[in-house]
Amino acid sequence: MKGTVLGGVLEDVKVLEYCTMISGPYCTKLLADMGAEVVKIESPGTGDEARRSGPFPGDIPHQEKSGLFLYLNTNKRGITLDPGKPMGKEIFEGLVKNVDILVEDTPPGYMEQLGLGYEDLKGLNPGLIMTSISPFGRSGPNKDYKAYQLNTAHVSGQGYLLPIPSPTLERPPVKAGGNSCDCDAGLVAAVAVLSAFYWKGATGQGQFIELSKQEALMSMQRVESVTFANDGVTMTRQAQAQSRMPGGVMPCKDGYVVAVTPEEHQWKALMELVGNPEWSKEDWCKDQRGRSEHAQELNGYLIEWMKQHTKEEIFRKGQALSCPIAPINSAEDLLRSEQLNARDFFVEVEHPKAGRLTVPSSPYRFSKSPLRWERPAPLLGEHNEDVLCERLGYTREDLVKLRETGII
Amino acid sequence: MNNGPLQGVRITEFTSAWAGPYATCLLALLGAEVIKVESRRRLDHSRNTSFSTGKDFSGPNESSVFNSLNLNKLGVNLNLSKPKGVEIAKKLVRVSDAVMENMRPGVMPRLGLGYEVLREVKQDIIYLSSSACGQTGPEREYVGYAPTFAALGGASFVTGYEDWPPSNFMGAIDLRSATTSAFAMVAALCHRQRTGEGQYVDLSSQETIAVLVGDTLLDYIMNQRVPMRMGNRDDVTAPHNCYRCRGDDNWISIAVTTDQEWQALCGTMERPELAQDERFSDAYKRWNNQDELDQIINEWTKGQDYYDVMEKLQKAGVAAAPSLSSEGLFKDPHLKERDVFMQVEHPVIGKDWVIAPPWRLSATPAEIKRHAPLLGEHNDFIFHGLLGMSRKEIKELEEEQVIY
Repeated sequence: MKGTVLGGVLEDVKVLEYCTMISGPYCTKLLADMGAEVVKIESPGTGDEARRSGPFPGDIPHQEKSGLFLYLNTNKRGITLDPGKPMGKEIFEGLVKNVDILVEDTPPGYMEQLGLGYEDLKGLNPGLIMTSISPFGRSGPNKDYKAYQLNTAHVSGQGYLLPIPSPTLERPPVKAGGNSCDCDAGLVAAVAVLSAFYWKGATGQGQFIELSKQEALMSMQRVESVTFANDGVTMTRQAQAQSRMPGGVMPCKDGYVVAVTPEEHQWKALMELVGNPEWSKEDWCKDQRGRSEHAQELNGYLIEWMKQHTKEEIFRKGQALSCPIAPINSAEDLLRSEQLNARDFFVEVEHPKAGRLTVPSSPYRFSKSPLRWERPAPLLGEHNEDVLCERLGYTREDLVKLRETGII
Repeated sequence: MNNGPLQGVRITEFTSAWAGPYATCLLALLGAEVIKVESRRRLDHSRNTSFSTGKDFSGPNESSVFNSLNLNKLGVNLNLSKPKGVEIAKKLVRVSDAVMENMRPGVMPRLGLGYEVLREVKQDIIYLSSSACGQTGPEREYVGYAPTFAALGGASFVTGYEDWPPSNFMGAIDLRSATTSAFAMVAALCHRQRTGEGQYVDLSSQETIAVLVGDTLLDYIMNQRVPMRMGNRDDVTAPHNCYRCRGDDNWISIAVTTDQEWQALCGTMERPELAQDERFSDAYKRWNNQDELDQIINEWTKGQDYYDVMEKLQKAGVAAAPSLSSEGLFKDPHLKERDVFMQVEHPVIGKDWVIAPPWRLSATPAEIKRHAPLLGEHNDFIFHGLLGMSRKEIKELEEEQVIY
């Protein structure tokens, strides 16, 4: 991996992850990228479900080459283990004894069935911070219901308001693109996990944290979620309030741009950008209210101008005038962004199977403790020997037997 | 006092709008004492207007949006354009563990409140700056709000209908930036707890969004393919969409990822012949024929109540859940049982509904203890009580429009 290995913000923090797909792994990735020592537990043989999700190089599925998996598991160590088997359970317990944090995402009640619930584990490690992530939480009528990302996106209220704006309510609401909804849940969990770690640092006390993905996603919509309760207003994806604000998403010569001008001086900057045309001098265009009444007409004028200019041109000229305007960037645009590259937002990792790979790093820079990019995502079971022999004292002969019996 | 895990931590914040205030609100819900510094000179716009509904508030203490984003905080007024205002701000920093600000890069240093200065005031201070594009790089001074963060970060481009322009995003994007700031702040607090060192944290809102869609960038990196909008659809599995239910704009999301779930869906729809149908016999075929599949499912759901559909499908092991509006969320029985909506008593607004903290911590619960501060509500409590300024001095500073 490129760059020097430096002490991370969370160096020496020990984390055990027993999760699949996105939310849980994203939560521990945030910790791992800050220097925490994360050991990821995967099912023997099959591994994390994310290993079977694309993108794959050349579209050829391979359990060590999933772009999703490689992104979500940087800087972690990986072992295979089946805690459902007695020997597997014993190993799991051994691992729990030596960590600060455990993050798991099995269905509510499953860990208790295995005898690995919080009440069992805190006996082994009173300082343990155990976090359980589930779609609907551990109580309430829906607690055992199944939900994929599409479902949590919608049942949290996030989907109902997208896209902004929708041309018609005859078309369904949509979930946000990519896997941002599942990542939201991991991010929200990480805030509580680290806060609990801070408490542990002060008192030595561990605790149990419950996270419902539905509620985590709702927390990102806390303002929109209470409009009915407080004002009897049900916002829709026709986004009346936004459509009264001129600007928004507009097509341009080579794509789309978005402008938002809540302050009067920003509106003036936008007008300067489009050359202070005649219509901008009309009386109705002089204040927010008049403009809001003529929003459709105004947007017609604006789009006419935008369509004659490229997104790059609009972005640079608009920002030079302090107008909040930006291109709608594709993945390609992001990779080429001068700003992101000047900030070394992308890092290169060398992976034994997938080769040299560029991945997005982190959205923050710490002055005292640079983020470390020490290792790529683990191969399936890559650190079985490291972790089980060096940490728990099993012998290499033990490992052979554990492998043969499907425990690791 | 708050029982949260960050009890004993004091944070002074110079933030406005959504992305800054909600970051420290999260920390306040977790027990930190947060002192919000604001001024009549330039009011936080969320005290005036709701960007989500377009509603204008008639006074600075009537905003339910501000209340929702500033719970548990203490509020003081300081005019930072006056040197005396800056001096008092430094006194607050001297008794704080951390500072957060989200002004345009360069503004805090110009005011005399940059990291280098405040580190002199309090050697182990943690100082987090949240901005649109970060504190470094050619675009560091570019201005933006939630819609531009989503656009620059890559979320807009991949959200929406395949045959329609990309989606705009509003305040919810700010709250993602805010949650990321809260995480970074706690990380810096942990670092300080273990080493005694404070530090500077530079957070870029654009990047907070880019990492949430980070895996979509991998497709371009690996295959030079630009991921596009695809509504609710998945790359591999189908059916995977929202279907119309009885009522106005009521929809249910249904996602099928395995053959077993597909069989269960056919059984629940009482269409056993579909389970044998060649067009849908494996995941690949279902994906290729999903337009037809969507029509068939829509026919089945359209006259039904969305909760009935959810229950029938969930009983059969199929993931289904309604797409909830703010009304739907408020009336949802599951959320009701989990007390997700809570009422906060506010001296001006009255009873205001807010969303409960999103985590349940067994030993140190995150709690809503009080409404957001009225403008200048804690001037006396903080300036007199905490900083020991005399009431006479406070009155003079008010007259000089320093405490303003």
